[in-house]
Amino acid sequence: MTELAPLPAGPGCTDAPVLRERGQREVFCGLTGIVWLHRKMPDSFFLVVGSRTCAHLLQSAAGVMIFAQPRFGTAILEEKDLAGLADAHAELDREVDRLLTRRPDIRRLFLVGSCPSEVIKLDLARAAERLSVQHGPQVEVLNYSGSGIETTFTEGEDACLAAMVPGLAPTEARNLMVVGALPDVVEDQMLALLARLGIGPVQVLPSRRAEAAPEVGPNTVVALVQPFLGTTAAALERRGARVLQMPFPFGEEGTTAWLAAIAAEWGVDAATFAAATDAPRARARKAVAAATATLAGKSIFFLPDSQLELPLARFLTRECGMTAIEIGTPYLHAGLMAPELALLSPGPTISEGQDVELQLDRVRAARPDLTVCGLGLANPLEAEGLATKWAIELVFTPVHFYDQAGDLAQLFARPLRRRAAVRFGTEARP
Amino acid sequence: MKLTVWTYEGPPHVGAMRVATAMKGLHYVLHAPQGDTYADLLFTMIERRDHRPPVSYTTFQARDLGADTAHLFRDALQAAHARFQPEAIIVGASCTAELIQDDPGGLAESLGLPIPVIPLDLPSYQRKENFGADETFHAICRALARPMARTDRPSCNLLGPTALGFRHRDDVAEVAGLLEDMGIAVNLIAPLGARPSDIARMGAAHFNVMLYPETAESACRWAERALGQPYTRTIPIGAGATRDFLAEVARLSGLPVRADESRLRLPWWSSSVDSTYLTGKRVFIFGDATHALAAARIARDEIGFEVVGLGAYNREYARPLRAAAAAMGLEALVTDDYLEVEAAIAALQPELILGTQMERHIGKRLGIPCAVISAPVHVQDFPARTSPQMGFEGANVIFDTWVHPLVMGLEEHLLTMFREDFEFADAAGPSHHGALAPETVAAPAPSAPAAQAGPGTVIWLDEAETELRKVPFFVRGKARRNTEAFAAERGVAAISVETLYEAKAHYAR
Repeated sequence: MTELAPLPAGPGCTDAPVLRERGQREVFCGLTGIVWLHRKMPDSFFLVVGSRTCAHLLQSAAGVMIFAQPRFGTAILEEKDLAGLADAHAELDREVDRLLTRRPDIRRLFLVGSCPSEVIKLDLARAAERLSVQHGPQVEVLNYSGSGIETTFTEGEDACLAAMVPGLAPTEARNLMVVGALPDVVEDQMLALLARLGIGPVQVLPSRRAEAAPEVGPNTVVALVQPFLGTTAAALERRGARVLQMPFPFGEEGTTAWLAAIAAEWGVDAATFAAATDAPRARARKAVAAATATLAGKSIFFLPDSQLELPLARFLTRECGMTAIEIGTPYLHAGLMAPELALLSPGPTISEGQDVELQLDRVRAARPDLTVCGLGLANPLEAEGLATKWAIELVFTPVHFYDQAGDLAQLFARPLRRRAAVRFGTEARP
Repeated sequence: MKLTVWTYEGPPHVGAMRVATAMKGLHYVLHAPQGDTYADLLFTMIERRDHRPPVSYTTFQARDLGADTAHLFRDALQAAHARFQPEAIIVGASCTAELIQDDPGGLAESLGLPIPVIPLDLPSYQRKENFGADETFHAICRALARPMARTDRPSCNLLGPTALGFRHRDDVAEVAGLLEDMGIAVNLIAPLGARPSDIARMGAAHFNVMLYPETAESACRWAERALGQPYTRTIPIGAGATRDFLAEVARLSGLPVRADESRLRLPWWSSSVDSTYLTGKRVFIFGDATHALAAARIARDEIGFEVVGLGAYNREYARPLRAAAAAMGLEALVTDDYLEVEAAIAALQPELILGTQMERHIGKRLGIPCAVISAPVHVQDFPARTSPQMGFEGANVIFDTWVHPLVMGLEEHLLTMFREDFEFADAAGPSHHGALAPETVAAPAPSAPAAQAGPGTVIWLDEAETELRKVPFFVRGKARRNTEAFAAERGVAAISVETLYEAKAHYAR
């Protein structure tokens, strides 16, 4: 079993300078979140109002077309929609009518703004109001923007969840709201852990079904499970809720710290906490240790992608013995990231934003043992002899909480183990 | 506004990327918002390219829109020129940048770069990927190629292969070999592997070979007018079409056909007795028009299938497709709506689908075997081995690929013979496919009780259901649907063994 790295003596990376860059960004736009959000909310439909590019992006990001009629689609703007916005609204109403007739199972419809719909100032908030009146109460119509000019990758989920906040029912009751879309299996594990700690009532945003939406009020305590939910957190604060600040539940240490912060809030005693978490903590440490042999002593470079970079760097450096060279993030939310930065030992460059060519120059100069990057860069870097980890797997795969800690470590170990395993008869790699 | 779930073609700037990525020494500066870089992964992941596409994206954001996005474009262009030192640059806008009307062409001109800068005008809200590729290649040729003295030896250019093309890499090698056998040199292959400086030599060839009309027809037409180069119209996919192609090349070059047909195995493979079982198998064909048309000819003439449906997603070639379909007694399906294609396949219940990756998914859902004949394709359709569609080897590859999803001839015979043997589980599927028995066929809901049948549904009597299970698995689904359709048409509410065999006789061919 591995020991945690000692806590940084000082404030860690709290006051570390941040390299801010601006240039070509090699990241997805916020529409991509639809790929996991529509799985999480099976009674919802995500209608992107955009261009053929938006449809092509969703298709490419989703990888394969598993569903005949997925619960997302793109209303593709055509020349005539650009000419007159009044017509565009009429066209949108017609498409929504047709869609809801074909899919009577839909309870929540999200109109999702895109780059072109934002640029032509197609008012989807107004459209959502109008369509809510028309199709309510059985269908709730909401809107948010997943456009690339406003949102980077996971910020699409943030925008989606924030759009649901104003519609949440008010309550005066004390409750815990866990915010962030988790795979069902992980969500159930989390709920079981909280139940063992005697914490409740617990509600989640987003809820799997529209009718199970959480309630919010001045006695609501919010725990985020994803680091990219700043806008949603602010919206919940405006509804009177209090957002806890703590490390995110990645790895054994992160999960324990996350649970401990909530347990402190609910006054859970040490014995109860130990009884509920000792066994899964030991399990998690054991599972992580299996990957540590591969990861310890290796260097890692994060290109900006999902805003998970800082918490993951904390996990990999503190629990897996890796060294971070650069931790790039598309956006650094100082408040939400403070607990993570405090845990990180000084040393790595922390960068925000991207100029991809300059950043790749730094990757080539540093020659890290592992580079975390998007799919567009992975094979080209491998061809340069650099091992890579596709960042997108970190949001598509269950990685939160104790029982996924080992899987999370293995995601990073696998590319290194593979490189060590394959041989083609000469010393040189292909 | 049109609701789309899955698309056959991307936007036109992705077509331009296919051209740029295929070439060397060319860079594409694309005025585009954050997120449009997703297109890089098409090339690096699906095609496993080991280099990033040569594309610089300006990555403008909402806060730039109020101020100045034009300077972002100028900066990106200058930075790309300085870093990559290309021989030429193409510039254009993606769908969002088209709306902000920054005029990349004009901005580029004002910078006065010392290399050719070629502006692209690709209307994102009207056209699609193939148009983008065709128009980009045309624009590059027009900008760089000039009339010049012809080579001494007869020579030609191979035009149309792009990045992300279906088997383009191998088609080029196969067709170049055929031409070499005739004593014709290949002057230029483009866009795939060509540099801008190579395109400048385009005019030296005696004629052009149009490999893919979808991506090369505009360039071929332009070269015919501006460079005086005739071009081939026959697409050499299939044994017959390859022979026709060589005859056309002979006409254009004045050289006699010299072809090494010892490599061509399709005709004998198709004539050998095992292939008897392919006779009249009902196939549905859908893809880009060029590949769909070629597949229809091979299916009917060279393999002996019955073509029951023929369609394409690119409207640009609707006319020849409609004519070919009409000649087969069919109405062509010209649509880019995936749901329409699925409905057509579900209604026709073919025994084999020849389509794109979209039809492969349809086939999976409906339990119908599928072979891929056209883009769009996924990572498994970029094989490591040489696997052309064109030329004699292409014909061999096509025979193997299309027959593979089916039950082998002799095996089909044995299945029929032994299907009642209690030790034999026919639901296992074709023996060379592992555990691939399609669920819909393997588990044909035999216990659906009559009580559950809604109004207008026909029910199966027990002995008819038992009899149906004696039908080999690979036709059982069709037998069930045919019988139900037959019963419904005649207002028969309960299917008996009699009805089953009446339906069989009705549908017999």
